[in-house]
Amino acid sequence: MEALNVKDLQVAYDRKAVLDQVELSIPKGSLTAIVGPNGAGKSTLIKAILGMLKRSSGQISILGKPYSPKNRNVGYVPQRGSVDWDFPTNALDVILMGRYGHIGWFKRPSKQDIALAKEALHKLGMADYADRQIRQLSGGQQQRVFLARALVQDAEVYFMDEPFVGVDAKTEKAIIDLLRELKQKGKTVIVVHHDLQTVPEYFDHTLLLNRTVIANGPTEQVFTEDLLQKTYGGALAFFSTNGDKRVMS
Amino acid sequence: MIQDMWNALLHQPNTQWVVLSTMLLGIASGVLGSFALLKKQSLIGDAVAHAALPGICIAYLLIGEKQLLVLLLGATATGLLATYLIQLITTTTRIKKDAAICLILSVFFGTGIVLLSKITQQAGGNKSGLDHFIFGQAAAMTRNDVYTMAGAAGGLILIAFLLFKEWKLLIFDPDFAKNSGLPVGLLETLFSTLLVITVVIGIQAVGVILMAALLIIPTISARYWTDRLGWMVVIAGSIGACSGIVGALISTISTGLATGPLIVVTAAGCFIVSFTIGPKRGLIQKLMAHRVRLKEESI
Repeated sequence: MEALNVKDLQVAYDRKAVLDQVELSIPKGSLTAIVGPNGAGKSTLIKAILGMLKRSSGQISILGKPYSPKNRNVGYVPQRGSVDWDFPTNALDVILMGRYGHIGWFKRPSKQDIALAKEALHKLGMADYADRQIRQLSGGQQQRVFLARALVQDAEVYFMDEPFVGVDAKTEKAIIDLLRELKQKGKTVIVVHHDLQTVPEYFDHTLLLNRTVIANGPTEQVFTEDLLQKTYGGALAFFSTNGDKRVMS
Repeated sequence: MIQDMWNALLHQPNTQWVVLSTMLLGIASGVLGSFALLKKQSLIGDAVAHAALPGICIAYLLIGEKQLLVLLLGATATGLLATYLIQLITTTTRIKKDAAICLILSVFFGTGIVLLSKITQQAGGNKSGLDHFIFGQAAAMTRNDVYTMAGAAGGLILIAFLLFKEWKLLIFDPDFAKNSGLPVGLLETLFSTLLVITVVIGIQAVGVILMAALLIIPTISARYWTDRLGWMVVIAGSIGACSGIVGALISTISTGLATGPLIVVTAAGCFIVSFTIGPKRGLIQKLMAHRVRLKEESI
């Protein structure tokens, strides 16, 4: 079963194609990394799949059905820098936003919604910060709030845009624990990832992207020197320690 | 003077109605203004207010008499046209948003003033009372005007209450709102339309020049008291209501004083108080926090 299938996707800004002829499928239950150089269109790919950007062409299906937000089977973690953290709200309230799709028009969050949000805060080690104004959270804590918000969306397929960027070690561990737990529950997680070092350790499926799909498959088959050089246009330096190939970007 | 204000409030039904309607207007502006501020659309409100003037004049020229509802429809039409043009200019040309707002605001207001001069030159035109729309004259409002304004303001407050959760998400994180299945485009359009209506119903009492102040000042004052959107909306609404009540009362009992400036001056007083003693990053709170930090550092 496929979690995500994309056919003939094209996205253009000012008539210049940023993504072209993107065809891909991601297996259900995988932890997938989307990897590629700056400007490769990684975030654009996620946003185009989720309909936040206009597509020139392309069919998207999630778990075998055409994508619609109304199916509520897709969770989303945007880049941390995409919102105004000075917004007058606290951590618990942001997490509750993940329930809005379930709550319905005009209604306020129920006790059950609040309990779910608190549970998510607890899971990410943020139980003491529920009432904290979001501006007063550290970068890593803000990232964990976003993850908790996606968690309470109770989705089947998750898209995360650079969740590991600029976070502390504690947050990195919290995120990776969460990803593994989601995988164990049979969920699919698709992550835009910057740090090439950790790709083989964290992800079992990898998509190499540079304006179009360079390679897509199990990490051990795709994460090779050849294909990475092809993706990064030969701009990568490799060195080996103890016979173990390491990659420097 | 306070005695006069009480007397007017207690014994003159006309005053009571005017005060009630400016109070509702103050609440509606505080509430919608809070969302507009966070959406970074306060300046759009100013452009809409100025752009309402030509609409009022054109409506008056078409029907030849002062019927508030028709004039407000004219104001809404040009107000919406102005927001649309600002959007069109920013998305299709190299002109940046601030310049586009400035351009539309001045061109529409200039056109409005030309039309207004034309109207006041006409026979009987100077009795039209249209010049009250510049600085606002709550006392000049008829009973029907007051009903129209109070009804519209009440409706706006109700809609904002019902859509509170949806607008909050839309403004904080539009992409996530879309992912949650909210009709983002529809909610955006609805918000812009309601913002235009808020401005339009306020111009008779506050005037086109100062209407934006009633959207902005109560809102930024409220931000000094709370870190929660719900409370911010309530506090902004209350400050707006107080400003409306005080401004309308003073202007009603001392004839000749325009209402708009009085409302704005009252709101500005609330702002200075909030800015100084507000517990959330107000001046005194900041100084205290700074002293505590200095003390800690010296230990």
